[in-house]
Amino acid sequence: MKIKAKMKRDMAVVKVLAKHPMETGLRKDKKTNEVIPAKFIKELVCTHNGNVVFHADFGRAVSKNPYVSFSFAAGKKGDIVTMTWTDNTDETLAVEAPIK
Amino acid sequence: MREKRRLLLKGLIGFTTMAAAMTAMPRLAMAKWSKAFDNASVEGALTDLYGDAALTTDDAITLKVPEIAENGAVVPVTVKTKMANVTNISIFADKNPQPLAASFTLPEGTASEVSIRIRLGETQVVKAVVEADGKLYTTEKEVKVTIGGCGG
Repeated sequence: MKIKAKMKRDMAVVKVLAKHPMETGLRKDKKTNEVIPAKFIKELVCTHNGNVVFHADFGRAVSKNPYVSFSFAAGKKGDIVTMTWTDNTDETLAVEAPIK
Repeated sequence: MREKRRLLLKGLIGFTTMAAAMTAMPRLAMAKWSKAFDNASVEGALTDLYGDAALTTDDAITLKVPEIAENGAVVPVTVKTKMANVTNISIFADKNPQPLAASFTLPEGTASEVSIRIRLGETQVVKAVVEADGKLYTTEKEVKVTIGGCGG
């Protein structure tokens, strides 16, 4: 997961690029004709100083390698933000990044 | 073996953050979430997500989408509004098999502007819904899709 967190005036602007296949479960393998099982991020959360500052719930229609962008007021330069995603197979990943 | 350990460690870090995040999302809300995302109609998904509240079209919501999306698999969408006390922004694609694409919960202090990239299976209307002060507001735009984004 790539995270860019930067102060812009008094807001911390966060841009996240998660690396994830985001399989909708609607595609078929062209060779075997079997449905490729759904594997997509269901939830993406950003926490800062123990508070949730952003919470996104995704359906199957979010693109592969999801990109989201948002901003929040409580961040300061040097603070850490933590982005965590959880997918429909219960796999999860958490990455931290400093606010620049 | 190393891969498993990394995944476990990542899982552990994820778990503690998840625990913090989970407390922010009550269980009832989670059940509503699943239903809404599986619903095959815009109206159904709206009810699942927000209950029976009425929607008011409002041009104080800016919905930025391309007029023509050449690649339906990656369509950038930005929703922003200057309304006060925005608690939620959701994005629907009316002809997708499951119209609710994403729903953003915005705590106090988080700006009411979100960007995301979604899949559109065909030319259709993208609808943004903003919940502010317990009321629902909406705006929508049609996006022409050249190559559908649902794959296969």
